[in-house]
Order: sequence, then structure tokens, then C-alpha cells
Amino acid sequence: MSKIVLGYDDGRSAASALEFAMKIAKAEECELVVAHVLEWSPYSFLTPEELEERHKRRKEEIERAQTALMGPVREVLDKSGIPYRCEIKYGHISETLLEIVKDEGASQIVIGRTGHTPFSARVFGSVAGSLAQVAPVPVTIVP
Amino acid sequence: MKQFLKATGLSVPLMAAAAMPAMAQGIDQTVNDIFAGSTGWFVSLIFSNFPGTSFPWIVAWLVVAATIFTIYFGLIQFRAFPHSIALVKGDYSDPNDAGEVSHFQALATALSGTVGLGNIAGVAVAVGIGGPGATFWMILAGLMGMASKFTECTLGVKYRNEYPDGTVSGGPMYYLTKGFEERGIPMGKFLAVMFSIFCILGALGGGNMFQSNQAHAQISNVVGDYPGWITGIVFAGIVFAVIVGGLKSIARVTEKVVPIMGVLYVVTALLILLINFDQIGWAFGQIFEGAFTGLGVAGGFVGALIQGFKRAAFSNEAGVGSAAIAHSAVRTKEPITEGFVSLLEPFIDTVVICTMTALVIIITGQLVSDPETGLYVLNEAGTAIQTVDGNSGVALTSAAFSASFSGFQYILALAVILFAFSTMISWSYYGLKAWTFLFGEGKTKELIFKVIFCLFVIIGAAANLGPVIDFSDAAIFAMAVVNIIGLYFLMPVVKRELESYMARLKSGEIKKFN
Repeated sequence: MSKIVLGYDDGRSAASALEFAMKIAKAEECELVVAHVLEWSPYSFLTPEELEERHKRRKEEIERAQTALMGPVREVLDKSGIPYRCEIKYGHISETLLEIVKDEGASQIVIGRTGHTPFSARVFGSVAGSLAQVAPVPVTIVP
Repeated sequence: MKQFLKATGLSVPLMAAAAMPAMAQGIDQTVNDIFAGSTGWFVSLIFSNFPGTSFPWIVAWLVVAATIFTIYFGLIQFRAFPHSIALVKGDYSDPNDAGEVSHFQALATALSGTVGLGNIAGVAVAVGIGGPGATFWMILAGLMGMASKFTECTLGVKYRNEYPDGTVSGGPMYYLTKGFEERGIPMGKFLAVMFSIFCILGALGGGNMFQSNQAHAQISNVVGDYPGWITGIVFAGIVFAVIVGGLKSIARVTEKVVPIMGVLYVVTALLILLINFDQIGWAFGQIFEGAFTGLGVAGGFVGALIQGFKRAAFSNEAGVGSAAIAHSAVRTKEPITEGFVSLLEPFIDTVVICTMTALVIIITGQLVSDPETGLYVLNEAGTAIQTVDGNSGVALTSAAFSASFSGFQYILALAVILFAFSTMISWSYYGLKAWTFLFGEGKTKELIFKVIFCLFVIIGAAANLGPVIDFSDAAIFAMAVVNIIGLYFLMPVVKRELESYMARLKSGEIKKFN
């Protein structure tokens, strides 16, 4: 069974991206991998206090992503009967999504447009933009 | 470490603070008298010289320990150096652990607590008194210190406390207690309490008052003289916002700017060396010749050796135990990996940054030598080498850098202020850990320490509390006395960890991920 990776976050296009991914998954009988990436760099700088609390914070962040973000997604997908898995990872967002695609052997990626202003996208780059540039599989960007 | 400078002759900026009008003089005088009277014996005990020399026994204590660890662990600092780099790069980090504290982050945080005024001004004092030869001994002692760091940071992670909520506490007070207990050695608890007391005093003094005092001296150098309490209140306000208010953004900005400043400093130094590349051979010649002959400096080659050893020992804090507190937060299955990473600290702090300062001072010709004999000319008092403009300490470094890049003194002043701030943040944490070890954890207890810490920022900037600062210097080195005793007893534990890890690394049980 081929797989679709859905890059899911709390952006305003996330819901339509989910809907769109479900439609394809149903039509093509694919498994859906719902992935949420928490932005993280091992080279950022932390204060001693942040070092101490890091493990605790990480647990809390994952916990919150599991319940608040993935909870409603699971509910919808359970009802739909589409086979699916949820992945929560830390890292650079587009790089990590690409790794998931590679590890899963997925055939396509669906992501929501995050709604950056043109300015910030130009300065920092957007996840959708960089994915579209380098992904080895087709990318669908849902507005 | 930045606080010993005063004792080594960098008292000029402190004098500036003393010149402040008489308003606080009365109180200052009283505090000074009380302090000097009751703690003077302690200060002279810690900083006393070997009979008939000007070689403080505490320096020997640190250097001998570093040598013993170097031999005991079979030149670990050289054997494990490539592996340490690989660890910092994240080659051995499990991608599934992303989001936890990385080796790089622990190293960067610990470094921002040690890199500071000592690297800039302290080296100038050492080279100014001990001549270029001091650089050789400084590098040697820095290389040895890597083994001390390795030992203490491994133990820091191994014997840390992990709490149910996922936070951790570690450092010498924990390995002294738990490690001694495990090995059935008495007195562990006593040593841990002693260490904690010295750590709190050191945090308030060298890690705080001295820093705000020096930052104020730097600011008034640039903008002109004004009352120190103004700087004190501003600094205390910022420190308060970070450590009490949890305003992480300020800390994060400093933690980002400090490494940039460090890199900028090294790059500028490299540029100056590049511009004068034809002199580099000569400079190293001076360093080697001076190391064994002294080239006319006060005290001859022994004088050079003492200055170099002092600078290295006091700059990288190897053996003091402070870094073990910062490193123990790393999430790793192998405590020894943190030891490997931490041994890079004295290398970066002393072997790279301190050496850069020394080379720039030598190469820009700040030290006056007699063209006929090739020996250095001493100043009138005969205590230090005559410099081109009569500068010493931070002013000497500033002059050396500005000789090639005009306006560098402003960048240097900014660097000193930021280094001072990041050192305060680091030491507020070290002090807090010692405080909670003694009095237990709890919001109110922690708040009490943090408020005391902020008050000392103001006191440090406002007054010239010489004896108080002397005392806190002594307290920091007293930490090393207690800590190194502990390290001697616990080093077999580290050896076991090392052998087991090396065997598994060789057999491929410990995998490379990237």
C-alpha cells in the first residue's frame, strides 16, 4: 500500500490539507502518515536553567501535540476508516518531513500553506517553498 | 576565570570605582573593615605562596591535579579529541532524541560561563609580567586542564539527581555525596556542604560583584565617569528579569551574541596575525625562548612559568567544579560522553582564545625590548615589562587590537559587558544549585537566593569592596580544593566508565548515526 505524508500543524490551512489528503487516500487506497514537526535546532543556545528543564519541556510539548493537535485528527480519521499513523518529531521542519518521506517510502506529500507574509517568506523561506524545491516526490500545497 | 585579575595586578579599573565621591564611602569603609578583619586569614591562606617564592600553592594544586588526571587517563585529551568533536557535531546522537539538550548546547552554555574578562585582560597581565614565554606555559597548563574537566564533568552526569518531573540537578555536591557513599568513603556529605558554601560565596563574588564592577569600569571608560549604582541597578534589573521573571528572551539574545563576540574576537585576532604573518615565526621564537630563559622578565623563566600556569588555571576553571553543574543537564545514556565534550572547553578557552590575545600583544610589538640584547625592558618598579604606551591589563589588549583596527576598543567594551552578563547568568545558576542543595528546593527558597544575587549586582557595581572580592576569589578556589579531593577519590569510577565505553565503541556497539 502506498503512503501519503501529510505535514500537519496548527496553521489556518491545516484543516483543508487534512481534508484534501483524506480524499486522495480514500480514492487511491493509501495509508496516511500525519506528521507534525516541532522546530528545533541542536545548535541553538540555551541558558543553564533551560538546559535543566529541557527534558521536562520536551515531554510537555510532545504531550500537547499529541492531545491538542493530533487528538481531533485521530477522531476524524478513525471515523473515516482510512489506515493512518501519527508521527511527532523534532527538527528542521522541511528536512524532517523529507526524512519521514524517505523512511516511509511515501509516494507524495500534502501540506497546508502556512500563510507567511511575502516578506517573512522571503527572509526565512517557507516550508512549502523549500519542500517544493527539493522533495523527491510530488508535493501538493493546499491553500 | 575572571576574578583573579585583581590580585594579579589589574586593579586599575577597580581603582576607578574607588575614586567615586564619598557618599558611599562610610558604609564601604565599614564593610571593608569588618570583612578584612574576619576573612583576611582565609584569603591569605588560599592565595599564600610557597615559602620563598611568588608561586601560590593553589596554582600548584590545580596544575598537579591536571597532570595526575592526564597521566591516569593516558593522555585522554589527545586520544579522545577527534571523538569529542564527533560528539559535538552530533554524529553519535540518536535522531529520536532530537529536542533534548544536545552536546553542543551544553558545551556552549558552559563556555559562556568561563569565557570572559580573563581571556582578554588576564592574558595581558600574564604576558605583561611573564613575557611571551608565559604563553607557552599557559598553553601547556590549558592542555593539562582538559583532563580535569573530563573527570569532573563525567562524574557530574553520572551522579546527578533526576526528578520525576524530568528536571535534573548535578554537580560536585551530588557526586561528593552519592559517589562517596557508593564507594563507602566517609566525609562525602561534609565535603559537599563545604563545596556548596564556597560555591554560593564564589557565585556572589567572582561570578557577580566582580563582573558588574568590571562592566561598570568598561562603560565609564567609554562614556565617561558616572556613579556605579546606576550601572548596578540597570544590570540588576536585567538579571532580575531573566532569573526571576523568566524573561528568557534577554538571556537568549545574550547567549546568541556572546558566541558571536567570541568568534569575532578570534577572527579579528587571526586577521591581525595574517597581516603580520611575516612576524609569526619570530613571535613563536620569542614564546619558546622566553619559556625557558625568561628573556629578562622579572623572576626569569620561573616568572614566566608562574604567570602562564596562573592564567590557564584561573581562566578555564578546570578543577573548580563549576562546569560539572552546567554539563549535568545533558540527556545522555553515557556519562562519559559529556566528559569528552567538556574537555574541549579548556582547549577553546585557553589554548585558542587566550593564546590569540597573547599572540596579538606580542606581534603588534606592545612589549618594549632592548634591540641590542634582545631582552625585555622592565618598567621602573621592575615588576612588569615596559609597554609602548605604559598600558597594562585590558588597556594593553585594547591597544594591541586598536593598533591594527581603530575603533576596536568599542567592540571590546561591548564584548566585556556581554561576557560579564553571561557569566553572571551562569553563576547565578551555579549558586542557586548549591543553595538548593543546602536548603532544599522550593519556590520561596529559590526566590530568596535570586533576590540576594540581584542585590549583590548593585553592590558590586557601586562600591570598591576590595576585601569582599578578595574573599569571593578565595571562595572560588576553595571550591577547587574540595572538588579535587573528591576527584582523586572518584577517578577510578571514571576509569571504569572510560574503559567500558571505549570497548563498546571499538566493538561497534555504540553506533554512529550520521
